[in-house]
Amino acid sequence: MKIVIDQMNRIMRWIPSWSIYVTGLSYAAWLIWLGVSNQLGADPVEALEHALGEVGLYLLIAGLAVTPLRKVLGLNLMKFRRALGLTCFFFIVLHLLVWAILDVQELGRVVADLTKRPYIMVGMAAFLLMMPLAITSNNASVRRLGANWRSLHKLVYPAALLGGAHYLMLVKGIQLKPIFLMLVIATLIGLRFVPLLVARSSKV
Amino acid sequence: MANRWKNTLTYRDVTDEATFMNRRQLLAAASGLALGSIAGTAQAEDLEANSWEDITSYNNYYEFGTSKSDPAKYAHTLVTSPWTVKIDGLVDNPGDYAFDDIMSKMTVEERIYRFRCVEAWSMVVPWNGFELADLLNHAGVQSGAKYVAFETALRPDEMPGVRYPVLDWPYVEGLRLDEAMHPLTMMATGIYGKDIPNQNGAPLRLVVPWKYGFKSIKSIVRVTLTDTQPPTSWNKSNGREYGFYSNVNPEVDHPRWSQATERPLGGGLFASRQPTLMFNGYEEEVSNLYAGMDLRANY
Repeated sequence: MKIVIDQMNRIMRWIPSWSIYVTGLSYAAWLIWLGVSNQLGADPVEALEHALGEVGLYLLIAGLAVTPLRKVLGLNLMKFRRALGLTCFFFIVLHLLVWAILDVQELGRVVADLTKRPYIMVGMAAFLLMMPLAITSNNASVRRLGANWRSLHKLVYPAALLGGAHYLMLVKGIQLKPIFLMLVIATLIGLRFVPLLVARSSKV
Repeated sequence: MANRWKNTLTYRDVTDEATFMNRRQLLAAASGLALGSIAGTAQAEDLEANSWEDITSYNNYYEFGTSKSDPAKYAHTLVTSPWTVKIDGLVDNPGDYAFDDIMSKMTVEERIYRFRCVEAWSMVVPWNGFELADLLNHAGVQSGAKYVAFETALRPDEMPGVRYPVLDWPYVEGLRLDEAMHPLTMMATGIYGKDIPNQNGAPLRLVVPWKYGFKSIKSIVRVTLTDTQPPTSWNKSNGREYGFYSNVNPEVDHPRWSQATERPLGGGLFASRQPTLMFNGYEEEVSNLYAGMDLRANY
């Protein structure tokens, strides 16, 4: 097992972190092109809106997984974390724009949704929590904020929980995928509070 | 009893399947440039039936999965022939009716109806089928009957989605007897003159065009006349969100989203929302069914 992890860590050193941005941007561009060229089925608005939101949630989960993977398995993906977070934010911004412009279409209705619809409010709250994180995801901010940077970026925990809840609140009936994603998010956050892992991390 | 209602949308509204898409896209693109709200305009000329492709690839049929594309992918496993419909309860001639026997006695006609999903999207569908009233009269409705209950087939071997407790299977629906006997209410057995595909509810499904789509129960195996209001699946799942009536009503919102407008499908990514019509545009035909009723309380 350790040999495999060591090998993977070696491979990771060769993969530049900008590959995350390139892959993310290309995928988003591909999705949008599919939508514009009418290849997303009968309801391209819903398809695009949901695909962007879902990828955003996956990237949020990937970002949350970095620390537990390092502490539990010794797999070091730390250098990708900023790219995962910023790409996630990019997808969520697109998700929000598609929702507001292509789906709801009218400012009055956007405002009405934001003040009346709990799942929209929860999603927007998650977005607002992510905003300071995106703004401070640069070396200058890390230096300037010092220890506060780590505290500030713990906002990703409530943001992820709200993001998972947003999906859970949106579906009709009892559906497995949003429940499963919510459990993954809760587990990844919960691992931060497992004493054994906390102790191990202090030695690293 | 057949032919009691004449289409306001005629076959001229059903544009050639290949060319209509482009027309709709042009319309959508033009209005999309104005970014939204040209509310209320062009209601009539916008009403073209959706393509066979749209109608048969974008379905809510949770017995085959919760994704819109799941039914088209998985519903081919449903065995629809032979098919029998049990008609029981307060009827003179209860029994198991073979689908072919039913069809030999019914008059099939075409009805081009608006279809409005509770999720706030809509299509226009050229159904083929017969009036439910004809089938009920054939079975002989007894005087004590006040409601009609419907049940969808439940076949775990043929329906991958029922492994998951998305809803309390089997899917059940219901109508008040006067709603069921209304000339607009039909049992659809075809679309665009072809046999109805499995993902759309083969071999026969209910179509109640003034109610949200989930009332139009698919692949019916049982019709029961009762004197009490029957349980309905979405109402059991979430009574606050889905009432027994579930009439299309732009003034009564779903608790989670507005029902004032809808996204007509088929116009591509930049299609404009349009205002939802009271009773989905069938107000003239059906509003008398609900005279004096508080539609906010009876949602």
